[in-house]
Amino acid sequence: MTDMLQVKGLNVAFPSRDGPVRVVRDVSFTLGRERLGIVGESGSGKSQTGRAILGLTPASGTVTADRLTFDGIDLRKASARTWRSLRGPRMSMIMQDPKYSLNPVMTIGRQIVEAYRRRGNAARGDARSKAIAMLEAVQIRDPERVFRAYPHELSGGMGQRAMIAMMLIAEPDLLIADEVTSALDVTVQLDVLKILDDLVRDRGMGLIFISHDLRLVSSFCDRVLVMYAGRVVEQIAARDLKNAQHPYTQGLLNCLPQIDGDSAPLPTLTRDPAWLA
Amino acid sequence: MTALIEVRDLAVTFGSGRQQVRAVRGVSFDVEQGESFGLVGESGSGKSTVLRAICGLAPMTGGTVHIGGKPLKTPRDPAFYQQVQMVFQDPYGSIHPRHTIDRVLSEPLAIHGFKDAETRIERALEDVGLGRGFRFRYPHQLSGGQRQRVAIARALILEPQILLLDEPTSALDASIQAEVLNLLDALRVDKGLTYVLVSHDLAVVSHMCRRLLVMQHGQAVEELTRDALQARAATKDYTRQLLVASEGFKAP
Amino acid sequence: MSDVTTRDWLLSDRPASRRQARLGQAYRTWSQLRRNKLAMVGLSIVVVLILMAIFADVIAPYDPIVGGDLRTERLLPPSWTHLMGTDDQARDIFSRIVHGSRLTLMVVALVAVIATPIGLAVGTTAGYFGGWVDVVLMRITDIFLAFPRLILALAFVAALGPGIENAIIAIAITSWPPYARLARAETMQIRDADYIAAIRLQGAGSARIIWGHVVPLCLSSVIVRVTLDMAGIILTAAGLGFLGLGAQPPQPEWGAMIAGGRRFMIDFWWVATMPGIAIFVVSLGFNLLGDGLRDVLDPKGET
Repeated sequence: MTDMLQVKGLNVAFPSRDGPVRVVRDVSFTLGRERLGIVGESGSGKSQTGRAILGLTPASGTVTADRLTFDGIDLRKASARTWRSLRGPRMSMIMQDPKYSLNPVMTIGRQIVEAYRRRGNAARGDARSKAIAMLEAVQIRDPERVFRAYPHELSGGMGQRAMIAMMLIAEPDLLIADEVTSALDVTVQLDVLKILDDLVRDRGMGLIFISHDLRLVSSFCDRVLVMYAGRVVEQIAARDLKNAQHPYTQGLLNCLPQIDGDSAPLPTLTRDPAWLA
Repeated sequence: MTALIEVRDLAVTFGSGRQQVRAVRGVSFDVEQGESFGLVGESGSGKSTVLRAICGLAPMTGGTVHIGGKPLKTPRDPAFYQQVQMVFQDPYGSIHPRHTIDRVLSEPLAIHGFKDAETRIERALEDVGLGRGFRFRYPHQLSGGQRQRVAIARALILEPQILLLDEPTSALDASIQAEVLNLLDALRVDKGLTYVLVSHDLAVVSHMCRRLLVMQHGQAVEELTRDALQARAATKDYTRQLLVASEGFKAP
Repeated sequence: MSDVTTRDWLLSDRPASRRQARLGQAYRTWSQLRRNKLAMVGLSIVVVLILMAIFADVIAPYDPIVGGDLRTERLLPPSWTHLMGTDDQARDIFSRIVHGSRLTLMVVALVAVIATPIGLAVGTTAGYFGGWVDVVLMRITDIFLAFPRLILALAFVAALGPGIENAIIAIAITSWPPYARLARAETMQIRDADYIAAIRLQGAGSARIIWGHVVPLCLSSVIVRVTLDMAGIILTAAGLGFLGLGAQPPQPEWGAMIAGGRRFMIDFWWVATMPGIAIFVVSLGFNLLGDGLRDVLDPKGET
């Protein structure tokens, strides 16, 4: 079986006063129908990697890659028309903050129905019942109320779930989740993760889970890419994370406080300039 | 010995009529001199509101707070601000964007009429691990971790006894969080400070505090010691739920 | 110090003194503004206007008030001797426009100096305190906003008597309400910020917070707004002049000059057109500059 997504030598650069800044450097990986985690600290280029795959790099940035294919389609040369047919129905992204990703003057229901109708000419009544079913599927207790609600009327966790419902109703093959759970309470976090987990399991979706939370990613994903300053410093199966080789990965793991730890100073991370080489 | 901070049946209510929100409902706890006390809860639990009520940023609508045996005055007097200071969650939002670090640190000294501003500013910057090279920078020239160090320096410059810490590291990267937590711990020992630390992260609270109070929906759920937490000896369901959730995701 | 080291000193990440930090910040703003070509055009127009006003006596070839020979030098078309022609009193139009820049600049400067502080003070006070202070101050602002600007100015001038000083007072009184509204809106966003809470926890009083912490953040958007409004102020002043309620003849006020040239518009087009072009160019200059300043000073655009 060939991998759904193939990325080889991906580079993203932004211009600045002192020449181009390379925020993603030579990133290569493949993704099948699995949960891939991308972990890194702020500025590591993890979000820009996700955006580049979906062609959502801000206009000032330049994206180059030796290979960037999704299901055999070369994304580097994709036309606006190809992108329209891919984004939404085939590949999708859930952003960090639902407040900025949902249209504030449209009801949740209308946005979901629209996302559903965009992929084909479904009847309006059909789309509505499908949308309600989807809201139920993301564990929203009162889907009828949420369907009629505006984004500002929902709590953070609800908004995030509505957002997920909107992205998932089109049943994409690839979903990129960018820090979806960071703003949520720990108990809600687990609910959202369970929904994503079910989708990978039941629908065979491919998931790229971008997060700064190494512990969460290691408990949820199958495989983890650790990024530092735009590079992938380590690629490792999540269950082997405890035996990570790269000092950066080890440092990231060790510097987290633990419930069972003592109150001795936490080990801090010393950054080695050689990691950039 | 009486506790340094005594909070009894604290209540905070915002708004009135149908819009009324009871953010804190009858919370009580004591904090001893030199101790670090944790408040844990999820968003909307009222944990930050407790801190804001103590320092006068939120209205106390019920209960009493005693600091050093004396009840708080409303509005708070200058002596209070020299005794109690706060560090905020968001290092990007808690420092004035148009002021240099020098101005940020010298203003409290000017307000309280301190004469030795020069030496105090330089010492405060040394204390938080920023050299004097940072003194005349603007906040946009600093990283998140450096800004949070400035915020800590600002809180310490009046030499308070008590520091209220509102999620001081939740906006920071993990490696920076470790550095800031270490710094806070070292400062507490060095200067004999008393902390009240608010966090949603059980691991952070467990690392920093010997005792903690779990809150939910504006009410206290239970008070635990670190040892009890580590032994998973929680008596309330909600605390157990939090403990399970902080273990990470478990496939069903 | 050579140019390179001066620039490095200004852009230093580790300024060693308050002065260096402040100059560095100013330099960064300036170099950002310099990249905007249209804003630089606007700035040059404003600078030329200022220079023209300062050196009017040197630049103007003729007396702006006393004309030449009424028999031979009336209503001459533009030529090398009279760059913009002469008017019906045989006065050199170019000289009058050069001297008129003083009046224009005075109007603009005085209105800015009167209206901006009033607007800022009212707006930030209302926004910071909220409650009944806000209600009272904003209703007063609403009353001023509800009057059409030119009509209110007319009423003031009618009450106080015509003249450039009264026109300035009238314009200033009618132009502060928008600044108050703007400052209030900004203040309401700022007042709940953590850095305001932080300074309150240092024991700062309201006056210190408003003056030292809120005003600097509102100032940039108000400056932008004032600059953009300059064009409108110049036009209002010219309008009052045109109606005979502003500067009184024989003062070389641009609006009054257009009014004077109106009678000969068909046969002697330059009499009304030249001051018209002057008003147009200066208004455009302020607009371009204001637009550029908005890009540079807008606090929301900062990272």
